[in-house]
Amino acid sequence: MDVSQYLEIFIEETKEHLQSLNEHILILEKEPENEATINEIFRAAHSLKGMAGTMGYQKMQRLTHDMENVFSEIRNGKMKVTSDLIDVLFKGLDALENYLVNIQTDGTEGDQEYSDIIDALKQILDKGLGNVTVSAEKAKPDSQGTTAVSENTGKFKFKALKLEEHEKKAIAKATSLNLNVVGMTIYIQEDCVLKGARAFMINKVLEEHGEIIKLYPSAQDLEDEKFDFDFSALVITNETPEKLISYAMSVSEVKEVVADYVRLEEKEYGTYMESIRQDESGVAAPKGEKESLKDGSQKPQKQAAKPIANRSVRVDIEKLDELMNLVSELIIAKNSLVSYSSTLDQQIHTEFFDQIEYLERITSNLHESVMKVRMVPIETVVNRFPRMIRDLSKSLGKEMELYMTGEDTELDRTVIDEIGDPLMHLLRNAADHGLESREDRIKLGKNPVGSIYLNAYQDGNNVVIEVRDDGRGIDTEKIKKVAAERGVYTKEQLDRMSEKEIIDILFMPSFSTSSKVSDISGRGVGLDVVKTKIEALGGEVEAKSKLHEGTTFTIRLPLTLAIMQALMVKLSSEKYALPLGNIQTVEHVDKNEIKIVNNTEVLNLRGTIIPIIRLGEILDCEKSKEQDELFVVVVKKGERLAGLVVDELMGQYEIVIKSIGKFIKAHKIVSGATILGNGEVALILDVNSLI
Amino acid sequence: MQIIDVRLGNDLYGIEIKYVNSIIVMQSITRVPKSQPYYLGVINLRGEIVPVMSLRRRLGLEDDVFSSSTRIMIIKPDDSAESVGLIVDEVNEVLTLAEENIKNINYDEKDSKAVFSAGIGKFGNDLINILNIPVIIGK
Repeated sequence: MDVSQYLEIFIEETKEHLQSLNEHILILEKEPENEATINEIFRAAHSLKGMAGTMGYQKMQRLTHDMENVFSEIRNGKMKVTSDLIDVLFKGLDALENYLVNIQTDGTEGDQEYSDIIDALKQILDKGLGNVTVSAEKAKPDSQGTTAVSENTGKFKFKALKLEEHEKKAIAKATSLNLNVVGMTIYIQEDCVLKGARAFMINKVLEEHGEIIKLYPSAQDLEDEKFDFDFSALVITNETPEKLISYAMSVSEVKEVVADYVRLEEKEYGTYMESIRQDESGVAAPKGEKESLKDGSQKPQKQAAKPIANRSVRVDIEKLDELMNLVSELIIAKNSLVSYSSTLDQQIHTEFFDQIEYLERITSNLHESVMKVRMVPIETVVNRFPRMIRDLSKSLGKEMELYMTGEDTELDRTVIDEIGDPLMHLLRNAADHGLESREDRIKLGKNPVGSIYLNAYQDGNNVVIEVRDDGRGIDTEKIKKVAAERGVYTKEQLDRMSEKEIIDILFMPSFSTSSKVSDISGRGVGLDVVKTKIEALGGEVEAKSKLHEGTTFTIRLPLTLAIMQALMVKLSSEKYALPLGNIQTVEHVDKNEIKIVNNTEVLNLRGTIIPIIRLGEILDCEKSKEQDELFVVVVKKGERLAGLVVDELMGQYEIVIKSIGKFIKAHKIVSGATILGNGEVALILDVNSLI
Repeated sequence: MQIIDVRLGNDLYGIEIKYVNSIIVMQSITRVPKSQPYYLGVINLRGEIVPVMSLRRRLGLEDDVFSSSTRIMIIKPDDSAESVGLIVDEVNEVLTLAEENIKNINYDEKDSKAVFSAGIGKFGNDLINILNIPVIIGK
């Protein structure tokens, strides 16, 4: 079978299954008795095995199979969940992930056998059970014959079904009408790719010959593929079980079908017939036989046939990028219409202005919709962190707990792809440097188990992600000492610095306070990388700390990367865009209000002294003639303010952010360029880097 | 080898045709602060931002005087999608040069400007300095 067309689906789904396994095994470690979790693990492992087998990845299948055996024993209560066991299972998951990476790069699973893990799994099984063969056999149900009466009663899973009141009623009714009630259990081939669709087809075939009154798992679960490879059904029919088996077997990819008559016990039959008779004679429900049968059976079936939940489409990110580009183009075109319209008389061309307004509304709605489509919950990045913290906790020998909130906060896809590494860095830092050892924590009267928090939330046009720990906090004295030793700053400079400025030294390249280098962090390339990465995404990162109480890193990211609101300003004849998000206020001040303190220009803004930056001088613009009244754009970064002097304000615009390319160098405050309504190019200034 | 023959002052230069994406008339250029001195700024080329270089400044010649014949050659120097504009005084024609008419020049290592040349082509009585585009645009 040519499986290459399924490769992409396989990779995606395997990732999902592995993630689910990771998450659930973590839960299992804490709640070894949690049955739902064990079942979920078993199900994911089983699907994984089936898929790997279908795709012909035998090593992967083998390993999953061995892991599944262990899960199976846990599920049957024959084995206890121990920390060792969890460790081996995690190793197995890592190995599976490696296989997947290999498959992603060259389509083969590679030669790695991971026999050590397989042996470890075997040992665990041997220890837990005494022998391995039982479980090995179990995992592969024999695949012979399709006769109705098989000796293997275990296959007749429908016999174990619990019947609801109304279902029993329907059975009784059918029996009284001399109809057959047949229970069936259908086994689908394990290499079936779309087992949900198969189940649906089988049910459709069965419905042609009778009415399905019960499905287990439910029709919805079947459709969502929430079942292993078998399901059971109760059918009211004129046919014999043998006939039904042959109908079901006519659907391809069905491995085996078992069926038998289902009857109620004499006594039960009597009571249900009694209640049916009462119902029929009652005034409230004067329904014919057929309707009453339908009530119990057909309705839920019909409902379930309609897909309700999760109507989604997987789209290639490149297609979305293309769409976003087109929307950007449209906004540029709209802007040029708007700028052209300013030459017209609004009184005469009312119609035209109405249409322009309409167009503006549509384009901004369109932009918003496309942006929303590109949004991905941050969960896709952070869901691997609990596992990482567990591993760190083991390797560092510190007890710690990760608490996450706001995993459903959404961010642009491009940001999501980039944010993982910086977050991981910060978490590792918190675990390694932030949290004290168990002994120290007890000495300090703290909870011996350290806490790390990862909180995400939306704040206006930004998304904020906080990484917080309740550890020792940042020792500013230590930073000062190291900074002085390394000659980063002189002692005098350091003494004059505020606490915040000292903490900011941590973000400088090649500065790490950890005296010993561990393999987790402490190579001194940590925080500056985080800072660079976040700033490249148009965001910012800040640290706050209190000694012995903990440290908080706050990351602020823009919701979207492609389009933003900006204040257009003029510096002599040149136009520049300032991101609106950074702007606090715009002030009109007399030039005499600007004073010089310590060789820098400052402005007393309603009691706050803020530094003044002459943008024109920084950007080597032509000197414009000195005005008596100055426009000062007050910008904010974190808690710091600064005033930017500009020559003219042009107003607020929606601008499309474009890169100026890799060939031309530019001042570091130029973050990109945009195309104005008249086709001119204006540069976008990242005022953050000025403050 | 096919080249586009362009003029800077009285001299002829050749740009290999494989690098050339399009040729456009002079545009308004937005200055980029603190860029390399030979870049005049960026232009809007059908919705894309393209940096524009003064070939005269890059080659150490006198500064440009823009005229109606001034053109911007849009060049793609490598496999990436990014383009660069080169300003020339005039674009003449497309020429086909036989390999034997192209001579590599032995240049003095110290002459930093000479590395911009990929060879001298002879076409009739004209000598054409074929430009080494990757070196001119690279850092």
